[in-house]
Amino acid sequence: MNTFNISVRQYGVHAVLVEWPNQVEESILDDILQFIKYLKNHKLDEKEWEFIPSYNSLTLICKDKVLDFDVLKPQIKDWYSLKGEIKGVTRYVWTLPVCYDQEFGLDLEEASSFLGLTTEKLITMHTQQAYTVYCIGFLPGFMYLGGVPKELEVARKPNPRPKVLKGSVGLAGKQTGIYPQDSPGGWNIIGKCPVPMFDVKKENPCFVSVGDKIKFKPISKAEYELHKIEAEVGIYNIEKSVWDA
Amino acid sequence: MLNILKSGFFTTIQDDGRFNYRDKGVPVAGVMDTYSVSIITSLLENEEPTAVLEITMTGPQLAFEADTYIALGGAEMMVTLNDKPIENYRVYQVKAGDVLSYGKLEKGFRGYLALKGGIDSLEVLGSRSQYKPITEHVSIKKMGELPYKECKEFKPKISEIKVDSVLDKSELKVFKGPEFNLLTDKQLGQLFYRDFTVANENNRMAYQLNEPIEENNFTMLTSATLPGTVQLTPSGKLIVLMKDGQTTGGYPRILQLSDMAISILAQKRSGDHISFKLK
Repeated sequence: MNTFNISVRQYGVHAVLVEWPNQVEESILDDILQFIKYLKNHKLDEKEWEFIPSYNSLTLICKDKVLDFDVLKPQIKDWYSLKGEIKGVTRYVWTLPVCYDQEFGLDLEEASSFLGLTTEKLITMHTQQAYTVYCIGFLPGFMYLGGVPKELEVARKPNPRPKVLKGSVGLAGKQTGIYPQDSPGGWNIIGKCPVPMFDVKKENPCFVSVGDKIKFKPISKAEYELHKIEAEVGIYNIEKSVWDA
Repeated sequence: MLNILKSGFFTTIQDDGRFNYRDKGVPVAGVMDTYSVSIITSLLENEEPTAVLEITMTGPQLAFEADTYIALGGAEMMVTLNDKPIENYRVYQVKAGDVLSYGKLEKGFRGYLALKGGIDSLEVLGSRSQYKPITEHVSIKKMGELPYKECKEFKPKISEIKVDSVLDKSELKVFKGPEFNLLTDKQLGQLFYRDFTVANENNRMAYQLNEPIEENNFTMLTSATLPGTVQLTPSGKLIVLMKDGQTTGGYPRILQLSDMAISILAQKRSGDHISFKLK
């Protein structure tokens, strides 16, 4: 079991920020998720508190209370030291279909030649990896994914597009991900995913949680069209499995 | 129903906000000036949270189809009920067929219209606050009409109130943000010993300020942000996140506005002056 040096800071009167060492690390993310589970199970009522994990931090927000930080800071440190090893934090691996057809992969050729790869090789490398969701933010359902191999690190577009379509799969620097809605964007667009990352009609509008893993699976244009319709009527089952560290 | 004859520049339905989805990247949204709204909802004795109209800059024209009671607050705007001027922070009875018309904005930036029992529009993820793409409409512009419940009899305990308005205030009380300690003496001097003006880039997501402070080259991992968080960009620009602001960010969070300071700032527009005061 890893124990880290955590710091606890006041963040306004309704929130507290707990920070782990400033690193992108699976073990840190795992520890944060364990701490959330411990707090939810034993210390902080889920109806009153929001828990926002991201990379090396956990922000605890209690909108209706003015928090007494002098009490809370030592309490959180105590709770962290008491938590021990928390079992049963379920993390999933989601396999998302992506069509890398030229119609969707607007920058696929350009990115491939920049990287000195064939488009086939780029697709193979992009789909071989399991990416870790370190954060969800920026837009509803936007995942910050870690784990892009060095060979796929490609510069952002010099001029961002004013409109990148919902579902577009982007690649830029150490990051890859899916645009959950139409938005401006500067990433290289290499494909499109027919499954919406955010759906307000669902009770849980975003199936992915921080700590999960994402894998991409290449599909044909015909499969894309089929899955898109299936997703719209709510009968597309996203492939998932439990990830066992 | 409340018939929308004119929608105004940007009129939205807002309640206290959408909670418990921030870990999925959903901004809280909700009324910008919670202070002013809390007064009019108390006058109407509405059980919180109820939805009100947030009226930005120029207001709508609305026709009531059923009897109810209303109260206005926030920005000072010329408002008439059937051509008779009405005032902020006072309960008025309206009858079916009455028309409420907004005219000139006189002071502040965001006016509020509360109805007895609130606007009864569709809740999405636990809130009626309009935010695209969570709600279908980004404002009331294309909605045609808004549902509310009829109220024939209501005797308010208090029917009008003098309010210590946020409109005359410009000093924003702030707390140290998580990355406050990164600030140099020079930056601290720049932050606390001069005025800032609101940039043209100001909306429900964020208020940018015109005057930069000394630039910084600090990099941090993306982490949660809150309404009222003041971010410092590498070029020294200050961005104050507001109610529709993104839930995470990668710029240092140097200050955090108090709840009251968010309400004060919500009433400012391009060119208005503000200053920061550390609590």
